[in-house]
Amino acid sequence: MSEVYSVEIVNPEKSFLSKDDVTEVVLPAFEGEIGILKDHISIISFLKPGIIKLFSKSGEENFYVSDGIIEFKNNNLSILTSLILNLKDIDKEKISEIQKTAEEELKNPEINDQKKYLLDQKLDVLKSIN
Amino acid sequence: MASLDDLKKRISSVKSTQKITKAMKMVAAAKLRRAQESAEKGRPYSEKMNNIILNLSNGISDIENAPKLLSGTGEDKVHLCVVMTSDRGLCGGFNTNIIKKAKIFFQKILDDGKTLKIITVGSKGYDQLKRVYGDNIIERISFKDSKNVNYFDADKVGKIVIEKFEKKEFDICTIFYNQFKNVITQIPQEQQIIPLNTSEKEENSQEDNYEFEPEEDEILSNLLPKNISTQIFKAMLENSASEQGSRMSAMDNATRNAGEMVDKLTIEYNRSRQAAITKELIEIISGAESL
Repeated sequence: MSEVYSVEIVNPEKSFLSKDDVTEVVLPAFEGEIGILKDHISIISFLKPGIIKLFSKSGEENFYVSDGIIEFKNNNLSILTSLILNLKDIDKEKISEIQKTAEEELKNPEINDQKKYLLDQKLDVLKSIN
Repeated sequence: MASLDDLKKRISSVKSTQKITKAMKMVAAAKLRRAQESAEKGRPYSEKMNNIILNLSNGISDIENAPKLLSGTGEDKVHLCVVMTSDRGLCGGFNTNIIKKAKIFFQKILDDGKTLKIITVGSKGYDQLKRVYGDNIIERISFKDSKNVNYFDADKVGKIVIEKFEKKEFDICTIFYNQFKNVITQIPQEQQIIPLNTSEKEENSQEDNYEFEPEEDEILSNLLPKNISTQIFKAMLENSASEQGSRMSAMDNATRNAGEMVDKLTIEYNRSRQAAITKELIEIISGAESL
């Protein structure tokens, strides 16, 4: 029996990536990382800023996401995100730019705890990439 | 009758107008293709988003405590209307059609004695609405600087809407935009985004047992604001495709009209030139005869 399932990553502008030979995906879910293998139970969750690790037959790929929602159903994983970047061809300038806006947002005294937590996460991840 | 020189000037001015409209048509055609492509590419996102939300809201057992963005405030006193138009003119009836649709809706709201608040997206809508509904417009947004429709612009609008909702500034939010059907047909649409229209829910009522992490409520309250932005983004994409389509057919018509006008003027020019020659000949002949 094959151990693969299909993944589709879409962002608002286009369908970013679609693959049918994925063996495992590790997602930065809101309450901690989750790994999804074939025949996982149907799940809906949302993501915090972090790295998506995608293991397929053709190798491993890493993506940075700023947020997102995932749905897994009948061995189809859909990832909806507003910003996704492939770590392989990442642009240092772009990262610093995102980092800067996040830092500025963090300075805003009115943000709530959840948002603050997300922003902190974002900064940590961005720093680790850069 | 106008003099020969005048006619010549008019012909050349119509011809240069024709050149402009022709160029605009070409540009619009090229942009239309791109806009259509991105509208198509954007579709999976909003569709998936919709599906997830439907699945989630089916899973919610306690309607009373459902997020306000889904169930509404329970009142409908204050309406917020987001009217999306273009930033540029010369696109036929594109803006007028949206405004017409919106005005009918506004009138109904005002007749019912409810409060109306308007946000205009795109400067043309503001120009057309400010005379009659100037006092109702609470915000005007324009994305003249951004070349292509992008999600972050839509997100900005979404955030403004949500912020106002959280401050309880309105109960119901409706957006107005043009849906792109084909190059000649664009359908002005009104779509209620807050509270979410739940009438489609029944069709999709297959029982799925999802595992939720974290709780449904929490996911929903995170997802719904995103959905607002997504819906606005979708509307913006449709709008930009419609705008280019509408401009293309408007400019095509204009080019054709200019061509007809040039033909008509050329005939007139030739006639009067001929008439002048005939007149001169008669003068010469009658001058020679009298000698």
